[in-house]
Amino acid sequence: MNIIRQRMTVVSNDCLQPGIFSMWLKNRAITELAKPGQFIDFYLKDPSRLLPRPISICEIDRENDRVRIVFRVAGAGTDEIAHLDPGDTIEAVGPLGNGYKPQNDGAVLLVGGGIGIPPLLELAKQLKCKKTVVLGYRDENTFLADEFRQYADVLIATEDGSVGTKGFVTDCIEQNDVEANYVYSCGPMPMLKNVAKMAQEAGIPAYVSLEERMACGIGACLGCIVKTKEKDSHTNVKNARICTEGPVFLADTLDW
Amino acid sequence: MNTEVSIAGITFKNPVMTASGTFGSGMEYGEFIDLSALGGVVTKGVSATPWEGNPTPRVCETPSGMLNAIGLQNPGAELFIKRDLPFLRQYDTRVIVNVCGHTEEEYVDAIELLNDTSADMFEINISCPNVKEGGIAFGTNAKSVESITKRLKAVSKKPVIMKLSPNVTDIAEMARAAESGGADAVSLINTLMGMKIDIEKRKPFLANRTGGLSGPAIRPVAVNMVYRTAKAVKIPVIGMGGITSGEDALEFLMAGATCVCVGTANFREPYSTIRTVVGIEKYMRNHEIEDIHELIGCVD
Ligand SMILES: Cc1cc2nc3c(=O)[nH]c(=O)nc-3n(C[C@H](O)[C@H](O)[C@H](O)COP(=O)(O)OP(=O)(O)OC[C@H]3O[C@@H](n4cnc5c(N)ncnc54)[C@H](O)[C@@H]3O)c2cc1C
Ligand SMILES: Cc1cc2nc3c(=O)[nH]c(=O)nc-3n(C[C@H](O)[C@H](O)[C@H](O)COP(=O)(O)O)c2cc1C
Ligand code: FES
Repeated sequence: MNIIRQRMTVVSNDCLQPGIFSMWLKNRAITELAKPGQFIDFYLKDPSRLLPRPISICEIDRENDRVRIVFRVAGAGTDEIAHLDPGDTIEAVGPLGNGYKPQNDGAVLLVGGGIGIPPLLELAKQLKCKKTVVLGYRDENTFLADEFRQYADVLIATEDGSVGTKGFVTDCIEQNDVEANYVYSCGPMPMLKNVAKMAQEAGIPAYVSLEERMACGIGACLGCIVKTKEKDSHTNVKNARICTEGPVFLADTLDW
Repeated sequence: MNTEVSIAGITFKNPVMTASGTFGSGMEYGEFIDLSALGGVVTKGVSATPWEGNPTPRVCETPSGMLNAIGLQNPGAELFIKRDLPFLRQYDTRVIVNVCGHTEEEYVDAIELLNDTSADMFEINISCPNVKEGGIAFGTNAKSVESITKRLKAVSKKPVIMKLSPNVTDIAEMARAAESGGADAVSLINTLMGMKIDIEKRKPFLANRTGGLSGPAIRPVAVNMVYRTAKAVKIPVIGMGGITSGEDALEFLMAGATCVCVGTANFREPYSTIRTVVGIEKYMRNHEIEDIHELIGCVD
């Protein structure tokens, strides 16, 4: 069994900045299987909200049987999760998706934007090679940046210029002449597109992590597809399921 | 205690099946449940050739329900027969292949490809609200329901269930038309046409603009339609729409359904189908019901 449905117990729940929460959740079976870049589906208590909420795994702590999620309150579902206290439990299915395949040769560039930053933390921790992390924020609320500094060189871009480069992550990468053999990225779609384009021009592979509206989360409903260049072997059309074949894709294989 | 039911001479160990499109071809939920515990698995719609489906977003949540506009994406009959059917055949459960097409010819093509396989029955989707041609176009006019049923019955080597749309004035009339066309059973309801608008973006949530509403929100509508249909036809009725538990399923059985399907509930709770089977059995034990037929259609 590679997917577990069990209750997870909240170990801690901290507000990192207004509207952004960091939560450690304990569950041995899910933690044992978890890989960076995978996600967990959380089921809400409110019975009128049927669909599980997908949240990425931010850190894995096998010694203590727990994983960490960092999420933004985007609506009623994430608000319910943000109100959980230590000791509370939540129904979960995971780990889901393929996750990042860590490449440990040469130099690696990790690019995260906004709420796409958390899933890169465990990857930054696990990668053994030279790594540079570029993080994009709206303003001076640079959550998780210090934690990334434990594992990598960190460059920051803010839209309002309050910290680091003024502008987007791509401006920051250009200005700092970052060199890499691989790129891993997670963030809003326009950012991923620009990162993928940069990587393509530099002739290096880029792994991007995508988001889409999901229903089942496990590959049954075909709700969450992305267009691909080649025929996908499961769907037999040029559509891959983000929840199952993804959320991480080699940028070159997508029909952007 | 007997929970066995039969449709067109084919027996089901219990009346609980999966609703087409919510359960793939069983592989994914097979990670959670033993498919052999189900009366049957109804597959995602299969067409003669692979279909790409609609652009995303394809799903969105609504109060106690959801909208979907998947657009019948499917790998096509050939891969389905090679990969999905053998997978399902490992289990001791009935396999009903849901069939879709844009034109009458395409339905015929799909059935011809599937005729000599081990599938137990066909369920014909003439009620999908999310594709431009075919689907619902065949299911909203009694004359065309009757004529397509007749045509497909003539081609099919297996019993045929016609899946009806609730997006009509009188679903019982459509059921009668299917019966006249020779259908072995009818199933209902498919999703109700719906829409949700993102007021910040001032755009529909779904790329397809509209979608099909499913889940507990539609249950009372579905129970009523099953009730009226069961009164109107002699062929068996398969009921669905918002079933999450044994209690919910019993409403459909009492309204006159011979079998029930569990759909959207799987997304909220992967064990929903099993819970429904167990719930029905528990009710029967508690109420000392020997045979499930004592309950089917017991509501006047
Ligand atoms: C693979 C994946 C990983 C994710 N990881 C994270 C993460 O680590 N941290 C984080 O803060 N957020 C993450 N998200 C986004 C998160 O799932 C949504 O913010 C959340 O579902 C919103 O639910 P809600 O009830 O608060 O909002 P509502 O807007 O009320 O939700 C209504 C419906 O829309 C869906 N929905 C809303 N926004 C999104 C979205 N952006 N993506 C997918 N579905 C959405 C909800 O799941 C729900 O079904 C991830 C999404 C995906 C697909
Ligand atoms: C995501 C999704 C996909 C569906 N796909 C199909 C399909 O391919 N063919 C079909 O006949 N019905 C399809 N349906 C309709 C269901 O089989 C069922 O009729 C409907 O959802 C009502 O039942 P429920 O409320 O239990 O889900 C789909 C429903 C959903 C939610
Ligand atoms: S969410 Fe159902 S297939 Fe991905």
